[in-house]
Amino acid sequence: MELQTLTYIVVGTTFALYIGIAIWARASTTGEFYVAGKGIHPVANGMATAADWMSAASFISMAGLIAFKGYDASVYLMGWTGGYVLLAMLLAPYLRKFGKFTVPEFIGERYYSQTARIVAVICLIVASITYVIGQMKGVGVAFGRFLEVDFHTGVMVGMGIVFIYAVLGGMKGITYTQIAQYCVLIFAYTVPAIFISLQLTDNPLPQLGLIGEMAGSGTHMLEKLDHVLVDLGFAEYTAQKGSSLNMALLTLSLMIGTAGLPHVIIRFFTVPKVRDARYSAGWALLFIAILYTTAPAVGSMARLNLTETIQTGPVGDPAANLVFDERPQWFRNWEKTGLLAFEDKNGDGRIQYYNDKNPEFAARAEAWGWKGNEMVKVDRDIMVLANPEIARLPNWVIALVAAGGLAAALSTAAGLLLAISSAISHDLLKGVFMPHISERRELMAGRLAMAGAIAVAGYLGMNPPGFAAQVVALAFGLAASSIFPALMMGIFYKKMNRAGAVLGMLTGLLSTLVYIFVYKGWFFMPGTNNLPDNADNWLFSIQPESFGAVGALLNFSVAIVVSKFTQAPPEHIQHLVESIRVPKGAGQASGH
Amino acid sequence: MTNKAGEYWKANIRLVTTLLIIWFMVSFLFGIILVEPLNTIRIGGAGLGFWFAQQGSIFTFLILIFIYAVRMNALDRKFDVHED
Repeated sequence: MELQTLTYIVVGTTFALYIGIAIWARASTTGEFYVAGKGIHPVANGMATAADWMSAASFISMAGLIAFKGYDASVYLMGWTGGYVLLAMLLAPYLRKFGKFTVPEFIGERYYSQTARIVAVICLIVASITYVIGQMKGVGVAFGRFLEVDFHTGVMVGMGIVFIYAVLGGMKGITYTQIAQYCVLIFAYTVPAIFISLQLTDNPLPQLGLIGEMAGSGTHMLEKLDHVLVDLGFAEYTAQKGSSLNMALLTLSLMIGTAGLPHVIIRFFTVPKVRDARYSAGWALLFIAILYTTAPAVGSMARLNLTETIQTGPVGDPAANLVFDERPQWFRNWEKTGLLAFEDKNGDGRIQYYNDKNPEFAARAEAWGWKGNEMVKVDRDIMVLANPEIARLPNWVIALVAAGGLAAALSTAAGLLLAISSAISHDLLKGVFMPHISERRELMAGRLAMAGAIAVAGYLGMNPPGFAAQVVALAFGLAASSIFPALMMGIFYKKMNRAGAVLGMLTGLLSTLVYIFVYKGWFFMPGTNNLPDNADNWLFSIQPESFGAVGALLNFSVAIVVSKFTQAPPEHIQHLVESIRVPKGAGQASGH
Repeated sequence: MTNKAGEYWKANIRLVTTLLIIWFMVSFLFGIILVEPLNTIRIGGAGLGFWFAQQGSIFTFLILIFIYAVRMNALDRKFDVHED
C-alpha cells in the first residue's frame, strides 16, 4: 500500500482511539478534572507519567543529539532520568500525602502566603508555556513530513484532538489517553531500533548491540564508530569534548528541573495512596528507561550508518565516496524537506562528508581534491524519523513512527495544558480572586482555562517566537531554581518560614533569569545580550544552560539565612509538616 | 513530634541519604568525574565510564527507586504509620 495512505490509516486509527477514550473518560467533578479522582493504579500512572514526560524532544530529537555529540550527550540521558530519583524520594510521596490539587497550592499553604502561591503560579506558567510551544511545533513538523499537510493545518488538527480529550476529560481523560499514547510511542521507537541493532550487530536488544560486536567481524560497534569518525577528522564518538564542570552542572540542573516541573509532579497526585506514589515513580522511570536506554544505540548506529553510506571505503581513495546520483532513496526523501542537503563543491559527482573545521585534516583532504564538507545540512531530528528508511523497513513501520512522534508531542502538550489550566482556575481564580466559587462553576472555569491555554499554545506553536530553541533552558532553569527548592525545604526543613521561602524563590528565579538574559539577550531579543555567549565571558566558565543548579543553590542559601533571622512558622504549619511526613491518615484529596 | 515519629523520620533520612550517595556515584562520579580512568576498563565495546553515563546510571536509578519504595513501606509498618 502507498506510504501516505498507510500513514493516514495508522495516524487516523490512533486519533480515533484517543477520542474514544475521551468520550468514555469524561470528568464530572473538579477532583476528576484536576487529579483523575485519585483512583489511578500506580503502574497505569507510571505509564501515563512516562508519556507525559517524554516529549517530541525525547522521541525525535534526543537520539539525533546523541548521534552528533556522542559521549557529551550523556548529560541529557542522566539528567532527564536521574530527576526521578529525587522526585520519588524527596517530593512525590509527601506531596501526595498533602493531598491537594496543584503545586502552587502546596507552596501557598505551607508558607501561609498568597504571595508565595502567586510566585509559584508565575514560575509554573512561564515554564509550562515555553515547553508547550515546542510540542505544538513538533506536531506541525510531524504532520508536514508524513502527511504532507501544511504546517498550520497540522497544528490545528493537533489542537483539535487535544481540545476534545483535555477539555472533556481533564486529568482523567488525559491519563487514559496518555496510557494509549505511551504504547504507541514505545512500540514505534523500539521496533526500528531492534531491526537496526540486528542488522548491524546481530543482537536484537539495542542495549546490548550498543556494546556488542559488528555482525560478521570481531570489531566492536562503538570502536568502529570511533575509528570511522577519527578517519574523517571528527572527534572520537566516545571521548569527552566539553568541560566536566559544565557537564556536571547541566546534569544537576536537568535533574532538579525534572523533579520540579509541575506537570510531572501533579501526575503523582492521581494515585490512591502514599505507598502508590513511591512505586509509581519507579514504574514511570522503568517505562522511560525503555526509551532512554535504547536512544544511545539508535544515535550511535544512525551515525555509523550515515557515515558509512557516504564513505564506502578507505578515506582518500577517490572511488570510496558515494556517487551522488546513486544515493539512496531516503536521502532524496529528506532533501525534499530541506532538512538534508548536499553540495558538490569539488564537482567530482561524489559526496565527501568530513570535518573541514579540523585544519590538520582539511589540509590532507585538500591534497585529495576535496573542497569542503559536502553534506552541507543535516538536521539532527531526521535521525530517528529516517531510521526505518535507513534500515529498509516496511512502510507500516514508517507510518508507526509518524504516529509515535505525534503521540509523544500530544501527550506532553496535554499534561502541560492541564498544569496551566489548573493553576489558573484553582490557584488564581478559586485560591485568590473568588474563594467562594461553587464546584460546578470552578469545573466550568477549568474547562475554559484549558480551552484558552490550548488556543494560546496553538497560536505560539504557529508563530513561534524566535527564541523557541533557547526557552527549554529557561523552563528547566526556572523549575530547578525556584520550584524544586521551595518544595524540598517545605518538607525537609520544618523551620522554613514565609520570608525565607519567598525571598529564596525570588533569588533563584531572578538570578537564573538574569544570567540567561545577559548571554542570550533580554527576553531573548537578538542583540540585547550584554556579553557574548561563549566560555571566555561566562562566570566561572558556567554556561547559561547549566545555571539552574547554581540558582537553586542561591535559593537554598538565601532561604535558610533569612529564616534564621525571621520569625519561625506558626505552630499549625509545623504540625502540617509533621503530618505530611507520615503516610498515616492520607485520605481522599480535596480542594478545600 | 512524638518520639516514635522522630525515629521514623530519622530512619527515613538515613535510607534516602544512602540511596542518594549511590545516585551521585553512578552519575556524577562514574559517568562524569572519573569517566576517563574508568574507560580503561572495557565492558564489551564501551569504556566503563561511558557505559555508566549512557546506560548503567539509568539502570541504577531504577533499582534505587524500587529499593526505596520497598524499604519505606517496610518502615511504615515497623513504626506503625502506614495507611489503612
